[in-house]
Amino acid sequence: MKYIYDLHRIMLRQNLILVYEGEFTQEITKSVLAMAERNMDAFGEEASIKRKVFNVMVECLQNICKHAESYDTESYGKNSAIFMIGKHNNEYIITSGNAIPQDRVEDLSARLAHINSLDKEGLKELYKEIIKNGELSSKGGAGLGFIDMARKSGQKLRYDFEPINDALSFFSLRTTISRSNG
Amino acid sequence: MEIINLEGTEDTPKIILDKDKALFEISGRSLPEDAAEFYAPILEWLDKYQAAPNPETNFLFKLEYFNTASSKLILDILSKLDNIAGTRVTWYYHEDDEDMEEAGEEFSELVENVPFEFKSY
Repeated sequence: MKYIYDLHRIMLRQNLILVYEGEFTQEITKSVLAMAERNMDAFGEEASIKRKVFNVMVECLQNICKHAESYDTESYGKNSAIFMIGKHNNEYIITSGNAIPQDRVEDLSARLAHINSLDKEGLKELYKEIIKNGELSSKGGAGLGFIDMARKSGQKLRYDFEPINDALSFFSLRTTISRSNG
Repeated sequence: MEIINLEGTEDTPKIILDKDKALFEISGRSLPEDAAEFYAPILEWLDKYQAAPNPETNFLFKLEYFNTASSKLILDILSKLDNIAGTRVTWYYHEDDEDMEEAGEEFSELVENVPFEFKSY
């Protein structure tokens, strides 16, 4: 049973205020958002920071909902992913992790690198270009989620791919919202 | 013409489209998982309205939050309004919500004809 204590200590040490692991659906997205909002209200968090955190959370959670079903669930747990929110003195850290098919790694990695290479104005232009000319995907995504996360946070997105097996990689994504300069 | 009157929920906006009373409003939060499905009836309504619009149409957006999938559909709505003569948009944003103000400005740059008026609350 010691692992419960270990897990608890890790959460305390990492200042994690919310961790959810398992199946992701729109209903669960709404619940997680409500919990995080209540938590931020309890801290008396500033409205502008709350909105940014909320924004990034929605894109993150809905990304998982939309894409987690696209891989072979036999080999990795049905729709299983992890979502975490950490609160430090100066920032909120929003992290997600989910399995994706190996053959999507290259494309995803290139997209994220491109987004990170752009400044504020460049991100705005890319956003406008995609919203104007892009089509909604079969999953209902607009292809704007990562750009929006980068814009709302005003910081680079951190990401990583860890191979799970021949077919899958574990995709981790981390967005930081600063509490000091809104 | 039929009236669309949807109550807002925690993930969908309040929507009123009432030609006779000249009420056109989308407000609240918009983060449905399937934004295209949610907004399909709104776009259909606007297609019908476009065939016989009022001389003036003041369309209010008073959004607290919208996800990126909704932003694409909001642009679709604005693109339809762009083709309806006598239309203007009033874009409300909370006084300390710069991101929502900027979102409205970007939308206004993406359509050609519709004038935008910005109001904080």
